[in-house]
Amino acid sequence: MVTITRTPRQAATPQPSEPQDLRGPRRGPNERRRFAAFGYLSPTIVLLIVLMATPVAMVVGYSIFDNVITNRDPQVVGFANYVQIITDRAFWQAGRNTLVFTLVSVAVHMVLGLTFAMLLNTDLIGPRLRAAYRVVLVLPWLFTIAIVAVLWRMLLDPRGVVNYLLNTVGIDVGLTDWLGSPALALGAVTVINIWAGYPFFMISLLAGLQGIPAEMHEAAKVDGANPVQRFWNVTIPQLRPLLISLGLLDVIWTTQQFPLIWMTTGGGPMGATEVLSTYTYKLAFSRYEFALASTSAVVILLASLVLAIFYARSQKMKD
Amino acid sequence: MTSSNGWQRGALAAGIAGVVALAGCSASGQADADQPQGGTVTLEFMQWWEPELPKGSFRELMDRFESENPGIEVELISGPWSQTKDQIIAGAASGTIADVVGLDGSWLYDLSRQGAIADLGEIFEENDYDTSKLVQQVTVDGATVMVPAVNFAYPLFVNLDLLEQVGVSEPPTTRSEFLAAAKAISEAGGDASGWAMPLALETANGVQNDILPWVWAGGGQILTDDGKPDLENEASVSGLEFVKELWDAGAVSPGAFSMAEQDKVEEFAAGRVGMMFSSLAHINMLRASNPDLNFTVVAPPVPDGYSGEIGINTNSWGVGIADSSEHKAEAFKLLEFLLSAEVSSELSTWANGFPGNVDGAPDFSGTDPLFKQAFDIFQDGYPMNEFVGAPVAQELQRQYATEVQRMLDGDLPVTDALKAAQTAWSGEF
Repeated sequence: MVTITRTPRQAATPQPSEPQDLRGPRRGPNERRRFAAFGYLSPTIVLLIVLMATPVAMVVGYSIFDNVITNRDPQVVGFANYVQIITDRAFWQAGRNTLVFTLVSVAVHMVLGLTFAMLLNTDLIGPRLRAAYRVVLVLPWLFTIAIVAVLWRMLLDPRGVVNYLLNTVGIDVGLTDWLGSPALALGAVTVINIWAGYPFFMISLLAGLQGIPAEMHEAAKVDGANPVQRFWNVTIPQLRPLLISLGLLDVIWTTQQFPLIWMTTGGGPMGATEVLSTYTYKLAFSRYEFALASTSAVVILLASLVLAIFYARSQKMKD
Repeated sequence: MTSSNGWQRGALAAGIAGVVALAGCSASGQADADQPQGGTVTLEFMQWWEPELPKGSFRELMDRFESENPGIEVELISGPWSQTKDQIIAGAASGTIADVVGLDGSWLYDLSRQGAIADLGEIFEENDYDTSKLVQQVTVDGATVMVPAVNFAYPLFVNLDLLEQVGVSEPPTTRSEFLAAAKAISEAGGDASGWAMPLALETANGVQNDILPWVWAGGGQILTDDGKPDLENEASVSGLEFVKELWDAGAVSPGAFSMAEQDKVEEFAAGRVGMMFSSLAHINMLRASNPDLNFTVVAPPVPDGYSGEIGINTNSWGVGIADSSEHKAEAFKLLEFLLSAEVSSELSTWANGFPGNVDGAPDFSGTDPLFKQAFDIFQDGYPMNEFVGAPVAQELQRQYATEVQRMLDGDLPVTDALKAAQTAWSGEF
């Protein structure tokens, strides 16, 4: 077998006296393979350039002009727009609101998601009831943001269901305008965002819980660990990579949340729910300051990039 | 053989990528579609009117124009109001703006600054067009940029049953009558409030539709004659003081800071609001959603003792020609058609508005009698909306609304709110 396969290859090997023949057959296939690889990748590369790199480069470019799109003769102003954005109090207020909105949303998403995932993973309730819970708990995820906004606007109306129920059970809230009160509006939109987003955590963590080998829990039980100890020493360590990934993704998504805020409060009242996305949108489509809007977008992009790097690193560590 | 296969596949993949890229690039080639083909010119007409009119009616109107003007075809590009604005701005920047565009008065300054809209004055002059028949022409920096084809008045809607319940027999005509009626309705013990004032910041159009009508009704203005902000004048202060008086009296529907225009109309339809300023376009919707609602429309109440003409908040479906259009002569013909007494009347009948031609009149046969009543109110007063042609009109309203929210929330003086709004507005002008 060995001699049969080797013989033709040795016979095909060029003689040292023919250097051109030697170079030709060795380089050709490698180059072709390399080109072929680029050929396979080229649709993706073209799409990435057209759909991602070009718009990002254009927005970065816009940010150094005095104004663009509505201005036929834009002038380069360097970093003046960055100075204007970074010294704008409204930008920092939007940044603070974004931070509060994001951190609270992500933290509660995680706690609620894990709680409901454990509920759906437990053997303490029967399979039918568990299926029913699964349907009910995943419902918020099935609604589009527009539906969520309309639904909650009606629920939180001064004459809506929430006030009615609270007043009925003896909590006197009168005709509280949850989305119209400067003190309550940010909390209200955060609650809506939590409601709309926890099922993603729940489903993902349920898959994670189901992937933990039962032997680990049994071994811990044999060692005398109670349920709380098993939760902290088996469940959480096993879910940690998933929790980190989900947390980072949720931070990125929530930071960019625009439609929910826009359709419930429009950033009001008095800027109480203004977040970086609504701030940027208003610069572009309300004030037509497209260069300033681009600058704000670049600043947000840089912040998101930091989070994206953390996410990529966490993924790499997981691999 | 294997290597050759890979090469071919790679080439195929690269070819597909090239086709994808070319397909993306060739989109711009569609701009040539309006070039004359066998003597036919295709005009693009971008507007938000078609979806708001009875199905097929606007297309039929364009078919009629095409039959009256052989060699001109009209391609309608229709979308929602807000999308139309963004598309016109983007189209003007990229040179792909439609030949004829539907315009809202609040967009004009910014589009004019962008150089997107042609000076209709010059086009009218070139064509010897008689502008005396137009109800209104809107100019920015001396150039006529828009002519309203249909006007929409915003009278006061009054729930007659709620008024009767509190012993008021006639709709209010003055501010003091309005305050008394609104207060009485709110204090009657039910879940109804006297007046609704939507102040949500998403569009913030409550400023022009609900607050400033108090100023305009009494002949007041918020801009100087040369178009600069003048929010601290006597009429402006008096109008906002009246709003605060209504607020302090508990006559305003709860949830004002998060209320949008559609919420206001729904509250009125449900009988939870006694009075509101609103578009006539809502009459049919109110009849459909609550057939038992007993309501009427009247002129906006004026300051006590005022006897002058009443300024009535008016919005328009305006029309203009793109500066970059290569078919301005054909575009003018379309404008002339739309602004004729006959077509303008027809259009206004379908849209529940009033024609842009002085000789036109809506066909009231078979329509709600309130339309005729509103038309009489409109003709007795004068159309008013100072955001038409103002820079960043939506942002101005948002800034004003924010200061009003701050004033009402913190119980601050009206003069402080208007001073802050004046400062913000001065920066925009």
